[in-house]
Amino acid sequence: MSKHWYHYLWIWSVIYFALGFFNILFAWLGMISFCLPLVIAIFGGSKAFCNRYCDRGQLLRALGSQAGLSRRRDIPVWMRSKFFRYGFLIFFLAMFAQMLYATYLVYAGVTTLGEFVTLFWSVRVPWEWAYPVKVAPWAAQFAFGLYSLMLTSAILGIITMLFFKPRSWCVYCPMGTMTQLICRAKSPDTYPEQKI
Amino acid sequence: MKKLSPRLAFVNQSECVACGSCMDVCPRGAVSVWRGSFAVVDEGLCVGCGQCAKECPASVIEIRPRLSRTAAEEKIA
Repeated sequence: MSKHWYHYLWIWSVIYFALGFFNILFAWLGMISFCLPLVIAIFGGSKAFCNRYCDRGQLLRALGSQAGLSRRRDIPVWMRSKFFRYGFLIFFLAMFAQMLYATYLVYAGVTTLGEFVTLFWSVRVPWEWAYPVKVAPWAAQFAFGLYSLMLTSAILGIITMLFFKPRSWCVYCPMGTMTQLICRAKSPDTYPEQKI
Repeated sequence: MKKLSPRLAFVNQSECVACGSCMDVCPRGAVSVWRGSFAVVDEGLCVGCGQCAKECPASVIEIRPRLSRTAAEEKIA
């Protein structure tokens, strides 16, 4: 397989999580991973981000395929079912909305800033050292929330990479599901089914 | 006439997640993702090596004999 420059985009994942470990405000950069695939899907009608430029996908490829950490088993049928994929997308969007609500509550002064990262939407991990420069509390709250979401999904991706195919995360990745829905909606004329 | 391989990759397009892993590993550039919807195989280029099927995270690619149309598929075609 020929090597392309975008195969090295996994470095961005490492940089992102490292920066967020020392200063949580860098977590805002995660919005690139949220907005770029949507922009490409809406205006370009393609999943070029998933196909090539996703740092998460490249990280899982590097760890699973290149480093050989993946056991390469088939993903369970239920995990690739539309029910699970769409269900996970709805759950993920709900958690994103909840994170925005938490940001609003801090902005409105109803609650105070929580200097912790929440893993798997339930486990609070102290992270106060990563907030050395004080900014508007809501901006910091959003950063903690987004970093939590990014770290949780990365851990999920790595776990499924270890057991199943390297890029198993791509099967139920909410951004991938969402961009595929957009692309399919933009392509009403169907490609002829492959015939053998 | 160009001699074609006896086997080739077949994508279950309704279950494909269009991640592009197959496209990435194909040594012949025979796989592409059509409009972000699903993977498609260029039957003239595919040699049925199975790299794509091995990499597909959703396990929706099969390597099938090239001339294996069932009677029902033949009818649809």
